[in-house]
Amino acid sequence: MHTIHRTIEQVFRAEGGRIRASLIGAVRDFDLAEECVQDAFIKALETWPDRGMPDNPGAWITRVARNRAVDRVRRRGRFEARRDALAALAALDAVVGAPEELTVLRDDLLRLMFTCCHPALNRQAQVGLTLHTLCGLTTDEIARAFLVPKTTLQQRLVRAKRKIGKAGIPYRVPPDDLLPERVGSVRTTVYLIFNEGYAATSGDAPIRAELCDEGIRLGRLLTELPGADAETEGLLALMLLIDARRDARVDAEGEPVLLRDQDRSRWRQDALDEGRARVEAALRRGAVGPYQLQAAIQAVHADAASTETTDWTQIAGLYDVLARVQPSPVVRLNQAVAVAMARGPAEGLARIDALLAEGALARYHLAHSARADLLRRLARVDEAVVAYGKALQLASHDADRRFLAARLAELGAGHEA
Amino acid sequence: MQYLLLIYDNPAEYAANYDTPEKQQAHMAGYFQLNAELKEAGAMLGGEALEPVTTATTVRVRGGESLHTDGPFAETREHLGGFYFIDVENLDEALKWAAKIPAAQHGCVEVRPVMLIPGDK
Repeated sequence: MHTIHRTIEQVFRAEGGRIRASLIGAVRDFDLAEECVQDAFIKALETWPDRGMPDNPGAWITRVARNRAVDRVRRRGRFEARRDALAALAALDAVVGAPEELTVLRDDLLRLMFTCCHPALNRQAQVGLTLHTLCGLTTDEIARAFLVPKTTLQQRLVRAKRKIGKAGIPYRVPPDDLLPERVGSVRTTVYLIFNEGYAATSGDAPIRAELCDEGIRLGRLLTELPGADAETEGLLALMLLIDARRDARVDAEGEPVLLRDQDRSRWRQDALDEGRARVEAALRRGAVGPYQLQAAIQAVHADAASTETTDWTQIAGLYDVLARVQPSPVVRLNQAVAVAMARGPAEGLARIDALLAEGALARYHLAHSARADLLRRLARVDEAVVAYGKALQLASHDADRRFLAARLAELGAGHEA
Repeated sequence: MQYLLLIYDNPAEYAANYDTPEKQQAHMAGYFQLNAELKEAGAMLGGEALEPVTTATTVRVRGGESLHTDGPFAETREHLGGFYFIDVENLDEALKWAAKIPAAQHGCVEVRPVMLIPGDK
């Protein structure tokens, strides 16, 4: 009994996004589509345990959800504009179970993706709506992943869905003149989802892994957009290359492991290979952008057996270009660290000191811990202790604090933080 | 769909930006051009510029009595200076027209869908 319930959940997780996308496409109503998918889920729970699984569960759910939608639209059609109802019914006719034509499915998902990531919605709403409608995550899961109260998240989704309908946000892949800008917005949202899964040091691990998976899945979908540009390829490559290290970047106790200490045999080769191939293909197209450059940097790491044998000169060179197209303080900090690895700690330190003097990174713990690391390598131990202490003061996550405290202990300095 | 494009402007900034008759004329020419384009596209339902807020009077009816206040309710730096009323396909179209309003270069434009009252049409 429990196993069939689990199976039903899995089927809905896997198929829900597709079915929701095609229903939303037909009826242009997020809530109605969601309710019909929910109804189909309940009907599956009622009938499958007795009668057994249907041969094609995806097609079964699609049919039940579609029929439900037809009922609802017919009933609504008696009160509302008949023309809209007839258009919705005609569109629902075209919604078939588990479409043979994969492009139909892909187009529906892409349209929904651009609608959920429309720039008239704020970024948090875009993230929440994308995860909920396209990826089928529950509001509970999304709230846990982003550490927001569930009611806040629900309000955000309700508001966003209402705005899509009332403000006339179109359900479509944007026309050519809007496309470059809109794809950029979708990429930002996708990377935000991935990054929350990858970089967050709080929130529970299974949900974070799921965010990484969904980020990659959405990135892959975006590369299937006809005429997808090099930066979209770059984004997918970047996520694949970073995610390949997933198993190696946390130790048995769940503590983060630095790149230089990771067991590189645990990096997933298939993901590295695909990421490498995609970034190389993207770079050959000659429209270089920040995602491709970051992916190229990750690919250089992936090529090396250890930190010592890493081609830091090439990484520093890539950071030079990245800092030109995206001169943010954090990029310049990473550039300084790469320069330190390529040309010695003294030159890197000079760059970090200059960056800190500008003020933007003064309260960023990673700037101080990078500085401390270079001071340590220059045998300026007293200054290193002060810099690690400063980093420890500013770090808010427990894992970061434990890491910094361990570095301080290595230098023979206790701390009172 | 119908949208109201509400044009908010900062009078002090406007005065600083358009400090010669030539610049003011160029600014107005931008509006004439936009008006022509909106009509050409069949999107124009209406649009007006408003006299400055110093000419405004605010009315409230409380307990059956009309209360009049000189000026607008809130002390904001940006004031409603005019509007367009347009009919276009969707929000993307409305946003495109809003971006063409000269005041969007220094002030801002609020794009508001017009409410559809069921049974009204």
